[in-house]
Amino acid sequence: MAQTDIVSPPAKAARSGPDWVWHAENIGSPVLFTLGLFLVWEVGCRLFNVPESILPTASATLAALWEFRVVIFDNMIVTLWTTLLGFALAIVIGLLLGVAVGWHRAVYSAVYPALIAFNSIPKVAVVPILILWFGLGTVPAILTAFLISFFPIVVNVATGLATVEPELEDVLRALGAKKLVVMTKVGIPRSLPHFFGSLKVAITLAFIGAVVAETSGASKGLGKLMLDAQAAFQVPIVFAALLVLSVLGILLYAITALIEQRFTGWAHRSQNH
Amino acid sequence: MTLLHTESSLYQSNDATAKLAAVDPSRAGQAATDFVEISDVTLSYGGDEGVTAVEDLTMSVRKGEFAAVVGPSGCGKSTLMKLTTGLVIPQKGRIAVDGKPVTGPLDIVGMAFQNPSLLPWRRTLDNIMLPLEIVSPHAQRLRKHKAEYVARAEAMLDLVGLGGFGANYPWQLSGGMQQRANLCRALIHEPGLLMLDEPFGALDAFTREELWGVIRDLHQRKKFTVVLVTHDLREAVYLADRVFVMSARPGRVVLEREIGFERPRPIDLTYTGEFNDVVHELREKIAEARADTPPIG
Repeated sequence: MAQTDIVSPPAKAARSGPDWVWHAENIGSPVLFTLGLFLVWEVGCRLFNVPESILPTASATLAALWEFRVVIFDNMIVTLWTTLLGFALAIVIGLLLGVAVGWHRAVYSAVYPALIAFNSIPKVAVVPILILWFGLGTVPAILTAFLISFFPIVVNVATGLATVEPELEDVLRALGAKKLVVMTKVGIPRSLPHFFGSLKVAITLAFIGAVVAETSGASKGLGKLMLDAQAAFQVPIVFAALLVLSVLGILLYAITALIEQRFTGWAHRSQNH
Repeated sequence: MTLLHTESSLYQSNDATAKLAAVDPSRAGQAATDFVEISDVTLSYGGDEGVTAVEDLTMSVRKGEFAAVVGPSGCGKSTLMKLTTGLVIPQKGRIAVDGKPVTGPLDIVGMAFQNPSLLPWRRTLDNIMLPLEIVSPHAQRLRKHKAEYVARAEAMLDLVGLGGFGANYPWQLSGGMQQRANLCRALIHEPGLLMLDEPFGALDAFTREELWGVIRDLHQRKKFTVVLVTHDLREAVYLADRVFVMSARPGRVVLEREIGFERPRPIDLTYTGEFNDVVHELREKIAEARADTPPIG
């Protein structure tokens, strides 16, 4: 019998063109663009003579960043910790809840409306309640980070589990597989790309949650620092803190994206097939 | 319509021997070795107000036979699959496989569907070995006798013309190759009964003919019983020893037709006049069954 449906063996993920093209595209261009942004910021401020209390120049912001580096670093560590703790909590609870919701249609329909209702509450509105309950410490920030970031994890895990092909489930069940086996062999591996995908969203949300809670009332953290600096009209510090926040955001996102790549490479098949 | 009903009531007669005799007297004696027996089975979904998928369905498949079930869409062919494999239990009637009544999932059955549904994170070889991780006694033996089972899976791949592709991921295989792997997965635990639900439906014509050859040869070699659900009449006539025509919902068997073509059947058979006559005859029956479709309610 003729083998007409043979495909070529898997090709390696090919980079188009030589190495320097790849580097220019993936490293050079974002760096240039960011430098350009800073340049526009600097020149714009000087050209229109914007007062420092409204928008400090890029150079003044960087100078403030250097001058107050110790304070900023201390507060950054606090924010980082609260974010990561809230994020960890969101992963654990989100996974458990997601598996429960995706397991059974009944649980799904029972829990889903409540989850959506809960998710629609602006978390800023919840922070004062948390402060009322737990006082002005890091706990409200951790909980806010958790509350804002667990929802995408639940939804994605549940979707991954609930979308197992019915035929495949039939094949396995006909062999005598129990629900647990179907889940461990198929459902959970299948939902992993969804899960890791949701982590990228969740980490950014957790970060936002932590900072929002800090600006509403906390003893430490970048949010609190910004609040204090603003009250003292130290606007360059506010912007320096914002800079740190955005760099931290990129780093956290990049780390989760890297983890995702590692664990679910099979779902990101090469484009050349 | 009246004509069809008298005919169907003849075929629905409870006496299996008489029914077979009505089709082909020479085969009547073989009714004793029925591997799959479905008698007077009724199943409806969704309670009293629900849809009746099959009603008073009676059919039997002999051991080692290749049976094909054809019918208009929505005639309960897929329900037949689920009933035979014990995934759903009928409200009325009796189903037995290999002499034992079906009361739950049956692991002597292998199943393959139109969608190959291979797991994208497993290599082809690991995909094929999935049933071995579930069915006893293999599930308990797998870890210690890994090499033996890998050899078995590789032999299986060779048999369907996928030799050497075990290390590839499913997305690196073409549609036809995925369907071959799907057949391997259905057969790896050496089931006595293979249930196929339109397994070649999504393939192009050439690949489909190739796979007809694959399943024909597998059946020839391994002597398992096959129930092929399809709406491709040429496929049914080419592959099967016997074709069952089902009516529109609620599904029941309105015609059984022995296909007497000698085995092994070359693919050229499908271009002969006598082959087309059989296809044509069945086609007319289906047209009648379709005309009979009750309004959806």
